[in-house]
Parts: sequence; C-alpha cells; structure tokens
Amino acid sequence: MKPAPFKYHRAETINDATGMLASLDNARLLSGGQSLMAMMNLRYVMVDHLIDLNPVSELAGIRIDRDRVELGGMTRQRTMLESDEIAIRAPVIREALGFVGHVQTRNRGTVGGSLAHMDPAAELMGIAALYDAEITLTSTRGERTVSIADYPMGYMTPNIEPDEILTRVSFDLWPQGHGYDFREFAQRHGDFAVVGVGSQLTLDDKGEIDRAAVVLIGVDDGPVRLNDVEEALIGETPSDDLFRAAGSMAAKQEMMGDALITADYRKRVADAFVRRSLTNAAARAKEISHA
Amino acid sequence: MPDGKHTREINVVVNGEPISAAVEDRYSLADFLRKVIGLTGTHLGCEHGVCGACTVLVNGDAVRGCLMLAVQAEGCEVTTIEGLANADGTLGKLQQAFMDNYSLQCGFCTPGILTTLTAYLRDHPDADEPEIREALSGNICRCTGYDTIVKAALSVAAEMKGARA
Repeated sequence: MKPAPFKYHRAETINDATGMLASLDNARLLSGGQSLMAMMNLRYVMVDHLIDLNPVSELAGIRIDRDRVELGGMTRQRTMLESDEIAIRAPVIREALGFVGHVQTRNRGTVGGSLAHMDPAAELMGIAALYDAEITLTSTRGERTVSIADYPMGYMTPNIEPDEILTRVSFDLWPQGHGYDFREFAQRHGDFAVVGVGSQLTLDDKGEIDRAAVVLIGVDDGPVRLNDVEEALIGETPSDDLFRAAGSMAAKQEMMGDALITADYRKRVADAFVRRSLTNAAARAKEISHA
Repeated sequence: MPDGKHTREINVVVNGEPISAAVEDRYSLADFLRKVIGLTGTHLGCEHGVCGACTVLVNGDAVRGCLMLAVQAEGCEVTTIEGLANADGTLGKLQQAFMDNYSLQCGFCTPGILTTLTAYLRDHPDADEPEIREALSGNICRCTGYDTIVKAALSVAAEMKGARA
C-alpha cells in the first residue's frame, strides 16, 4: 500500500513554498505528515505535487515576546512539549500535548499541520480556541490573519485558501499564577478524544474568579468555547456547587454522535470533565492582586 | 497526473553505513528500507500510523516509517532493528532483556517496540512503569499483553541506573 504517484518538491523558504503552491496544479503541503501521509497511503487524498515544508527553517520556532507567543507553523509538537518557556508560561499547552498522538508522531507532527488538518478532536485546535489565537496565512498575494473564531468553516475545513500556507499562530499569554487544566477521554491513550476539556482561570485578591476560558474538543467540527459557562463563573468563589453547575451547563451544548459514541454519552463525559477540569484549574490558581 | 514515475537519488546513513540509492518519490521510508535496500526487519502493519510496527530512528528519534517519505530522509541517519545488536553480533541490552523476559510471541511488533524503547530509555533512563506504558502506547502488540515487554524495559532501566550510580 502506498500513495498514488506524485512529484515531490522540497521548499527551502516560505517564498519557495508559496510560489510552488500558486503555480502547481493539485498540490498539497506536507508538514509533519502524521495525518496527510496516512490519508495518502489510504488514497483518501491523491495529489499530483507534494510540497515539503520540513526544510523551511524560518517556519519553525517558539518566540515569546513579553506576554505574546508566536509559534511557527512547522514547530514540532515535541519541541513545544519539551520547551521550558512553554512549561512555565503556558503550562496548559504542555498538558494538552501529552494527549496528542504518541511519542513517535509528536516527533514529526507540527502545530501548523494539526491546525490545517483540523480534526474535530485536535487538542491544538482546543488550545488555539482557549487562547483566542490568531492564525497567519501567507500566499504570493500577501499575508492575512484570521481569528480562531472565524477559522473553522465546517468539518475538517479550515479558513485557508488553496494558495495559502499557515505560517504561524500567535496569542497572548495569561498572567503568571493563572489556573489551568487539560484533560480528555479517549478509548486508548493517544487515540482521538471522545471529549476533551481545556480550562483556564484567574483569581483576584478576594479569591473570586475574574477571568475564565473553557473549551471542549471532540464534540463538534471545531473546538467549542463555553461562553455561557465562562460568564457564569465570573465574580464567583470556586466551590463544588459552582463547578457542578458549570458541568451541567456544558452538557446542554449540542454535541455530535458517531458510529461508536452517542451525543448523549459525550454530554455525560463533558459534564463530569468540565467539573473536574475547573476544580483542578481553581486549585492550581494563585490569587493575583491587581492593585 | 504527473507523467511516469518520479524518482530521486537519496543519500542516507543506515545503521552506520552510507547509502546512495534511487527511490520513487512516493515510497515511504519503511518501503525504501524493505524493498530498495533489503532490510526487512522493519515491519509494515497498518501503514497509516496507528500500529507502530514500522517505527525506526531518524537522527535518533523514533518516527513512523510509514508516514515519512524516503526522500525526506535525505542526509539523515536511520537506525533500524538490524542496527540494534552489538558490533560483534551479540544481542544489545534491550534485545537480550526481551529474550530473558519472554517479551515476544509472534514478533511482528517487536522491531518497532525495540526501536521505540531504545530512544525512550536513552532519553528517560529513570522511567517508571506508568511512563514506560505510556511510551509504548504508540505500539500495538496483540500477543503479549505488554506485561513482559514492560518488565524487560524496566530491567534495562534499572541496569542503566546501576551503571550510572
């Protein structure tokens, strides 16, 4: 079993890659290949030209400037998992990456590849939504930035034009001392999430929640931010009752059912996991004085 | 559709030996190892990145041989199951531990598990049982139930720890 014939092209720079993408017919970009190569092997995807982004060093890297992070599209999942800066400044990313595939796939898999493939269970899509990330797309026509809210267009369909490359994803860090948690339920470790939950919150100097973000993955085409839950948490003091109510609200979301997992089952998992995730995030949060 | 077969010349070092060979663009690294240079110890199971049988080391890191193209290995060092034995032909530590602990039955998954654990134990010599089980989550074995594989890995980790103490 192998892919249908194609011609392989090695891009060395972003300009190389955008130029080839604009001029070649039925071309696809190859990043980590941990989804695309599988789809090509199964001949779900057949291309005439494959443009390899792996040699494009300017696409890889983690840049942190004060409170803003910029991840190059070709930054490997393993690189992020092993980054001390990420572990300290954005620990929820590290926690989420532990659920992304396996050690072998994280050695190749990239952040841009994951966002461009846009599997409904993609942990990194959940992270991008949790941080209200901005995604930068580059083509021979120039550059444009899309907010994560405008990025999913449908099932496995990101807001990327055929001639565009996902060059980077950027977002603002949360303040030091914020609480965080990422957890998911899958049928075996590293498999697609049935439901995943990411949450972050900050506590003010009275111990009340003054900022909250909660996201679900695996329940719809793209990640689902639970805005109603977030609003209900603001101004409240963490408690079992509060987080139990948050879980119940989360379970009211519309969720997809598939051949193996019903929507009702996803709702029950979401109920429990949102409660547990927020409980852990609150336990990890330190009170921050804004004085 | 592009005309005819597309091939490239690649230069790789496989188990310490420099190799130059022509390979079809669409060949996976595992196909190249098996069909072009005849190293059939790397096994192909699912060929879509799930089973882990084809795991090889590229520049020391464990990767799926079915999800990386051979042409992408240009300039890389590749280690396969054939490269894990000692220079004198005796079994490497991990291989010997697999023998001693009865860690394989049919053996189909074993090359991928040995390459995975070789890299993992090198990077995490202090690994405990849950960590080793997680490291093995990307390798499917349908015979053993993993217990004896984990036992072998733990025995090597203990030996490495002893050697450093």
